[in-house]
Formats: sequence, structure tokens, C-alpha cells
Amino acid sequence: MSNSRLLTTRDDEPIGREVTGLAADAIRRVTLRPRHGWQALDLHELWQYRELLWILALRDVKVRYKQTVLGIAWAIIQPFCTMVVFTIIAGLGNLSTDNTPKPLFYFCGLLPWQLFANSLNNAGNSLVANQYLITKVYFPRLVIPIASVITGLIDFAIAQAMLLLMMAWYGYPVGPQILLLPAFVALAFVTSLGVGLWLSALNVEFRDVRAVIPFLTQFWLFSTPILYSSTAVTIPWKRVLLGLNPMSGVVEGFRWAMLGKPAPGPMLVVSVATVLVILVSGLFYFRRMERTFADRV
Amino acid sequence: MSDVAIRVEGLGKQYQIGANRKPYKTIRESITDIALNPLRRLRAGFSADAPNGEHAFWALKDVGFEVNRGEVVGIIGRNGAGKSTLLKILSRITEPTEGEVEIAGRVGSLLEVGTGFHPELTGRENIYLNGAILGMKRSEIHRRFDEIVAFSEIERFLETPVKHYSSGMYTRLAFAVAAHLEPEILIVDEVLAVGDAAFQKKCLGKMGDVARHGRTVLLVSHNMAAIENLCPTSILLSGGRIANQGCTRNVIRSYLQTLGSFAAETRIASRTDRTGTGEVRLTSFHLEDTDGRPLTAVTSGMDVVFVFGFECRRERKVWKVDPGLSLGTNDGYTLTVFYSSYTGSTLDAVGRGTFRCRIDRFPLSAGRYTVGARLVAGGEEADWLRGPISLIDVESGDFYGTGHKGFEGSTPLLIDGVWEVSQGS
Repeated sequence: MSNSRLLTTRDDEPIGREVTGLAADAIRRVTLRPRHGWQALDLHELWQYRELLWILALRDVKVRYKQTVLGIAWAIIQPFCTMVVFTIIAGLGNLSTDNTPKPLFYFCGLLPWQLFANSLNNAGNSLVANQYLITKVYFPRLVIPIASVITGLIDFAIAQAMLLLMMAWYGYPVGPQILLLPAFVALAFVTSLGVGLWLSALNVEFRDVRAVIPFLTQFWLFSTPILYSSTAVTIPWKRVLLGLNPMSGVVEGFRWAMLGKPAPGPMLVVSVATVLVILVSGLFYFRRMERTFADRV
Repeated sequence: MSDVAIRVEGLGKQYQIGANRKPYKTIRESITDIALNPLRRLRAGFSADAPNGEHAFWALKDVGFEVNRGEVVGIIGRNGAGKSTLLKILSRITEPTEGEVEIAGRVGSLLEVGTGFHPELTGRENIYLNGAILGMKRSEIHRRFDEIVAFSEIERFLETPVKHYSSGMYTRLAFAVAAHLEPEILIVDEVLAVGDAAFQKKCLGKMGDVARHGRTVLLVSHNMAAIENLCPTSILLSGGRIANQGCTRNVIRSYLQTLGSFAAETRIASRTDRTGTGEVRLTSFHLEDTDGRPLTAVTSGMDVVFVFGFECRRERKVWKVDPGLSLGTNDGYTLTVFYSSYTGSTLDAVGRGTFRCRIDRFPLSAGRYTVGARLVAGGEEADWLRGPISLIDVESGDFYGTGHKGFEGSTPLLIDGVWEVSQGS
């Protein structure tokens, strides 16, 4: 890696990245010039800034519940209250939860949803919220939305512990498929990040995005099988279509991994594919727009 | 390997002003914009590329220079000359519109003291946060943590959220972190203008250390004292272009020639609010440096020449002219009066010419002052203008030769001396 980088000349590196030198203490050289069009992702540089990523995420976690009475308990209260509401609605409307205790069914569906919705909100507003950094110091801009999504994972972990307690309370068994849970957490993370990248970059130019995010999450919530079970959709191609909403795959996968509900099947493939498209396009769009962030934000 | 640390070539930065230069869009604006001109709106919104020239404004244009490794270079210029834009490009915060910059070495930029400080976090937490934001590795911060705390003098408040800090403590902590940044190239914008005098001195000392350790430093400041003291060479920006570069003394001089809000020369021949015999009369006033170049402003501590044009009423020589000048504050308080006769000399004048008064180490601190003048010939008042004949702007300068600009504010006078201590036995 470093050898091939060494050999590239300045002209091969028009986008202003450093070329690593031979000796350990060699001088890093950077060329800055106007860039146009699409940019390479440069994950290498992002990796070099991983400590900043971590510290920013930690900062948000520390700051979030400062001067609150209930503190970190909010991470549980939010999904818990929604669960109560959903349970009541389901009781009134006679909604099926596939013979699972309603609170468990909803809480399990709400966990990845809350992770997604919070992350989306944080990431979407992250660049604007951190504009004082963007205009004063250089670092890969991708650090900001990524850190804000990582922050959401902490709340998620706490609520996840709550779910396990609830399952123990109901005497609900845990199957071996729980080992695949991290894969679905990752999918939820990547979905939030992908959409968050788009929204954060758009928000720099169009502050409308800030107003759109709450609507977006609301509509998205009802198009995701959380209040209802996806088994309500029985026609196979319609189920696959449901997978176009990546959160369907995530929520179904969650319920499968935690509660042993039916596996998402082909729907999941569609979800993963959709996520990849959103993430990759989001990354490139972000990189394309980032060079004007400091001037526009 | 060349020894050039920074090479800038044909650098330009264009900003949008007017229609497209809104800080950000709101829903209403977007809707009306889209309704009015959908295509253009969308093109502008979704392309980050160079905008049309209609409302363009070049903050920088055709800027080129080289800085060698280990050089400490000052950047001066009026507000809006493009200094900050230049630093923003060099520290990769914003991209140039044209031209190219080559940088060899790790860049640390300090465009603001305390970037990223979070009010809710403690001093300790903010040291790590701020350090990381400035590009320090965690291990690096850890290694220098005690040094940073000692430098900032806030040991007792390390576990207190910084929102409870006084602004002085806040600044000290912020600067302490920044001062321990160890990049190969350090870019600093006007951060020396913070804190109390003692702390400023400490910061200057730290900057001097940085410079002596062979690191490259670019320093923007309005504090001419600091620039003069720290930077052997400087660049003067004016209207987004390089107006002068080279030896700092010369660059500051050319800065002063363009700086003042007053014309270089004040003509006073036609003023009528004057008394005296009129044997010899004052016609003009201007400032010069010791090489005879006109100035529109001076710095504290520089050698400056007050030049008064005169005219004799008759052909014959006027003997024993005793010119005097006075300096006063802008609010009418006279600070000092200085006649030639005080030094035991009077001058003979004939025809037209100038009386020149050289003042070494100009002893007024930064501010705006009035100049008054009076001529006495043979013991009689020859010409006296009621009220000031001109205003002069004084920029802070290196009066003490230490880079410290002295106690500024409401104290116009700078004096020099030696402090000593003698202990009782």
C-alpha cells in the first residue's frame, strides 16, 4: 500500500492527498488545488482520524444527558413509552403480533427503529450543529456524521439490555440465532449512516432538511413493519417489495434473532442491496459536496 | 529534497456575494426560488462547482509565495485583505477556486483559540477533545497533559465544567492545548490577542520556542510588535493580492504607508485659524520613516520623522526659528510639547523647506493622536495653528524589543526602564 502510494506522482494525485514517504520520519506532502466532480472516498485518511471519531462520539454521549434528572434512563423511557402506546393501539385494533406477548413484540421492533430514527436525526443535523468546527479546523468531514451515528449505539445498547430483562420476565427463550444479532445492528447502523450522509450534506445548503427529518421518520415508521407484523403481507412479491425499505429487513431480522420470529428471507436480500445503494451514493455525494461545506454552512 | 515547506502558486478564492450568497436557505426562500427559476435553482443547488461570475468576489487573487522550512513568516494587511481566507485554504478548511498549494509536512492550524471546547465538559475532558480536534494523538496529549495543565495555570479547576470558567481561564486553557501542538507547520491566526498581558507574554515566548525549534510558522496578527519580534520576513496582503513581501521591517513600513485613514500629507497653508507674525508659516505636515519614505501611520517604538513644510514671507533668511510640535489624545488632552529649543538648538529658515523632527523609539501606544504645531522666530510667535493640524494613527509595535506591545487601552504613554529587586537584610 505505502509503496504504491510512494510511486504516485503529484499529477496522479490531483485530489490533494498525502503521499507517504519512504523513511519513517519522511515529510508528508499535500497538494491543494480546486477539485471538480466526484471524489475518491479516501477511507485511509478516515482511518487516521479514528481517534477523533471516537472522541466526538464520546463527547456527544457525555453531553446528551447533562443536567437531566433521569439521565441515561431516557434511553429506555423513549422506546418503552412508544411500546406502551403501541400495545394499547394493538389491543384496541386487534392487531396480530404472531402470538408473541405484545410488549415484547413491540419493544423488540422499536429498538432498531429508535436507533435508526435517533441516528438519522443526529446525523442529519450534525454538520450544521458542528459548523464551528467545520469552519475552523480541517479533518475528514465524514467523521462528523459517522460519530453522530455511533452516539446512537450507546442508547441502543442500554435499551437492548432492557429487552433482555423483559424477555427474562416473560420467560421467553433465546435461540442460537441471537448470535446473528450484531449483523442486524450493523445493518441498522449502515442504513442510518447512508440516509444520514445524504441528509447532512443536503442540510448544509437547504435548511429545509431540518424540518423534513421529523416527517420523514414518521412516514418511515409506518412503512416499516413495527406496529404490524410483516406476516400480514402474504403475497411473496409484495413481501420482497417491503424489503425496499431497508428498515423492514432490519426489524424483521431483529425479531427473528431475538424472538425467533420467521426469518426475513429474500426480503433481507432486497434490504441489504438497498442499503448498499444508499450508503455508497451517500458517501460519494457527501464527498462531492464536502469541499464547499465550510463556505456554505 | 527541496527545503520549501509551503509553495503557493496563482492562488485565488472566489466567493459569491449578493443573490447566491445567502448564509443558508430557508423553506420559504427555496420555494420562491424554485417557483421563480426552477432549472437554475436546481443546477445551483446540486452542483458544488464554480458559480457564475455575476456576483463573484475574489477574496484572493494571483497569490504566490514560498516559505522555506523553519521560516517564521508574518502575514499582515487590513481587515478584508484576504489573510484569513489564505489561512483557511492553507489549513484545508476551504478549497481554492484556482491555483495550487504544495505543503510539505504536518500542518497544525490555530484559527481560533478553543475550537471545539464544549461548555458542559470539564477542563480535563476538553483538553482531550480540543487536542484531538487540533490533530493530536491521544497518546501525545496524554504525554504532555501535565505540561498543558501547568501552562494553563488551572490545576484546581481541572474537574470543573468549562462553562463555569472565567473567560481568562478559558482562554488560558485553550491556548495551553494549542501551544503544545507540535506540527511541522504551524498556522496561527490572531490568537495572541487574548488573555491578560502576562499570559500574552508567555504565549509569545512559547511561539518563539516553536520558531527556534526549526518549525515553519505562518502568523497572522494585527499586533505589529509580535510580527516584528517573531517574524524575520512577512507578506503584506491588500485587496486579496500580495502587495509586498520580504524583510518584515520593510513590509510593515509599506503597510503603514497604505494604512492610515488620512492622506500622507496634510496641507495647512490655507488654514486661517492661526495667529502670529507670519514671518514664516507652516504649509504642510506629514510623517516619514528615517529613509525619507512617507508614512500614513507609525508603530510604537519605531524611529519616525515629523516633517513640517514651511514658507517664509520674505526673501531674506529668518533667523533662530524655534519649531515646536505637540501630541495629544483624540479627546483633546495634550500629552507632550516639544520645541527645538529644548534641546538647545534653533534653526534658520529661508524660502521654502521643511522642518524635520526625528523622534527615536516613538513612545505612544496604539491609538489615534492629534498633532499640533507652532513656530517661534526670534522670540516672537511666527505662526500658530489653533487646534490640531493632523491626526496620526499609531499601530502597536515592538517598543520594548521583546515583542510585548505593552499595556494598551487607555494608557497612551510608553516608558522604558529597568525593574530590579533589592531585599531588606
